[in-house]
Amino acid sequence: MAWFFAKRLVSFTVTLALATIVIFTMLEIVPGDPARLMLGINATQDAVDALRQQMGLDIPPLARYFAWVSGMLTGDFGRSYTYSVPVAELIGDRLWVSLPLAMISLALSTLVALPVGIAAASRRGSAADTGIMASTQLGVAIPNFWFAILLVYVFAVTLRWVPAGGFPGWDKGLMPGLTALILPSIALALPQAAILSRVTRSALVEALGEDYIRTARAKGLGRRAVLWRHALRNALIPVVTIMGLQFAFLLAGTIIIENVFYLPGLGRLVFQAITQNDLPVVQNVVMLLVATVIIINFLVDIAYALIDPRLRKREA
Amino acid sequence: MNSFIRTIAAAALVATAWTAPAMAAKDTITLGVVLEPPHLDPTAGAAAAIDEIVYANVFEGLTRIGSKGEILPALAESWEISEDGKTYTFHLHTGVKFHDGSDFDADDVKFSIDRARAEDSTNAQKGLFKAIENVEVVDPATVKVTLSSPAGNFLFNMGWGDAVMVAAESAEGNKENPVGTGPFKFSSWSKGSAIEIVRNDAYWGKPVALSKATFRIIPDASAAIAALQAGDVDGFPNFPAPEAIPAFQADPRFSVVIGSTEGETILAMNNKRAPFDNLKVRAAISSAIDRKAIIDGAMFGLGTPIGTHFAPHHPAYDAETINTWPYDVEKAKALLKEAGFENGIKAKLTLPPPTYARRGGEIIASQLRAIGIDLEIVPVEWKQWLEGPFKGDFDMTIVSHTEPMDIGIYANPGYYFGYDGKEFQAVMDKLNLTTDEAARYGLMADAQKIIARDAVNVYLFELAKTGVWDAKINGLWENSPVQANDLTGVSWSD
Repeated sequence: MAWFFAKRLVSFTVTLALATIVIFTMLEIVPGDPARLMLGINATQDAVDALRQQMGLDIPPLARYFAWVSGMLTGDFGRSYTYSVPVAELIGDRLWVSLPLAMISLALSTLVALPVGIAAASRRGSAADTGIMASTQLGVAIPNFWFAILLVYVFAVTLRWVPAGGFPGWDKGLMPGLTALILPSIALALPQAAILSRVTRSALVEALGEDYIRTARAKGLGRRAVLWRHALRNALIPVVTIMGLQFAFLLAGTIIIENVFYLPGLGRLVFQAITQNDLPVVQNVVMLLVATVIIINFLVDIAYALIDPRLRKREA
Repeated sequence: MNSFIRTIAAAALVATAWTAPAMAAKDTITLGVVLEPPHLDPTAGAAAAIDEIVYANVFEGLTRIGSKGEILPALAESWEISEDGKTYTFHLHTGVKFHDGSDFDADDVKFSIDRARAEDSTNAQKGLFKAIENVEVVDPATVKVTLSSPAGNFLFNMGWGDAVMVAAESAEGNKENPVGTGPFKFSSWSKGSAIEIVRNDAYWGKPVALSKATFRIIPDASAAIAALQAGDVDGFPNFPAPEAIPAFQADPRFSVVIGSTEGETILAMNNKRAPFDNLKVRAAISSAIDRKAIIDGAMFGLGTPIGTHFAPHHPAYDAETINTWPYDVEKAKALLKEAGFENGIKAKLTLPPPTYARRGGEIIASQLRAIGIDLEIVPVEWKQWLEGPFKGDFDMTIVSHTEPMDIGIYANPGYYFGYDGKEFQAVMDKLNLTTDEAARYGLMADAQKIIARDAVNVYLFELAKTGVWDAKINGLWENSPVQANDLTGVSWSD
């Protein structure tokens, strides 16, 4: 287990280091002067030059790269060009929206998908199974922004149960915050739940066809006991993989839903920063998202090893 | 006696009961804005989103620009201009306080102006202060500004958001915590979400009707529609979804107000580069453009055709200029033949990201094909646009010039479209020497005619300001002579 862990840790660190180089280089070759972009087309050249100096753009790229990496290691993410506040502060605020949103969506999707997938697998071929599979097909096919707009029209515009969007901030209380996140979470969770229940069903169906299941049944174990004790555990590996990928997507890829509900999340922060050429923010948010994906993969790997002891042994 | 008092008391009660709904009339407003400002200091950034929050609400200048583009007194209650037009003496309102409680006086004026024109200033409109030679504090309520040469538009310049008055003690912090003298003071900003301003009870002037205003940041067009319909916001002074306008026009709960902005949208031509250095070629192109088709096709019919580089809502606009080069394909072909290009022209049309440019560009390309001009469309990002066309490296491009009263850019031969017109420059010099409003309007009209006649660029249309708000709101601006949401006159009717 220790060797397995160490190997994963090395590849984790190398991937992160490579990511810093790729991100920095990409932003370096993007054309355009951030200072000119901020001051607009009527600004005089000396005002632009003064701003360039303030922003530290007159320092050579290599020095800026090392300053960035060493800053990150000490927890200093630099200052945003546009907002002129520390980037860490901006990211922190946004995480308080994006993280709960991702977690609620994942919880919703898991709570729906696992029972549905298990029910479908255990009644394979029945009318219920066919019905469930057809509706998940629909769930996968519906674009989530369209579903989001539909939700807004029904629950915000027509029924007026919840606001059409926006986020009041957690300081206004738990309930207003949760109310603001409920529609976006549902919109995000639907396609994820559809995918996850299909994966659960097919993994379970496959597991139920294995020899050890027949053995267990022959031993005299009931259908129910076999399903829960033997088949499910073995079917969990692909399910956990998909959940890991989904969580990374929910954290980083929610920009469209954030726009539909105008939520101040990470996705919108990075989008806005790109359009405004706010390099410190782009650099650090992208880095954070990359790091999150790598960490989640790392955790998923560890989870595999916990679910399936054979994996630990093979790697060792 | 007792019964008399009781009757009075009862009457008073009834009266209060009757007036109670009126007393409780809404005095807060929530407005949607599409772009979040990068920060809230109008003296340190070009973003219109800054002025949309703070102009006239939080910050005030010596003068201010009114809803029709006229110059109004603000912190300066009056002024005198010397005979030679070089010295402006401003008399300030007394008893004015900044939001942090400190006094506003002549020292703050000197500080604000000197800061904006300083060597290391990052004011995006530093050019506004170029003419200033010296700022002198005469007494706490009087400031004398001396110019190196007369600048007739000086009072207008001092009304820009970039020229507002700030205090030395708080200027550095204005980006995050703006401290001005206006009728509203900054309350809170949750990044990416909303900005709140509240009534300043210590305001020196007429108090505002609203006790609180919230600007919610809603960048997505469909979200904007839903937010209005769900009642999450009371209005959008600049509504981002033109396709939904008919639906709101049909809904009695909303007012739809279509005005104009300061955004002259032009098809710019590189006057320094062949064949566009030839007046006949430029005139041919101008005659080949059907403005109405562009407005209908690219802008959902919203926009006012213009014949020159001037806002049509301004009293000095010369409406006749639209007939300088009327839409006439045959004449355009003839002009092109006279210029020696009967076999056609090949050129590049560089398009920045906004819809007016991208969609408008396609329509223009097809219109020009009709007279034998073959355009290659090159879509670019703003950054590339600033590095290329804006530095003079282009054939043709489409862009909207949103600064107010910016016809002066035609006097600068180094500006990106490269127009070097001596007659125009002479009119501009004269305009700078003139302070009389009527005489200035006359000269502005002359200037408009000259650039129309010289077909420097094709003047397409003025960007519309499309406002959608609750029908009970009064006093929001119809046009935007400056990019602002001036809330000082806004109130709710019962």
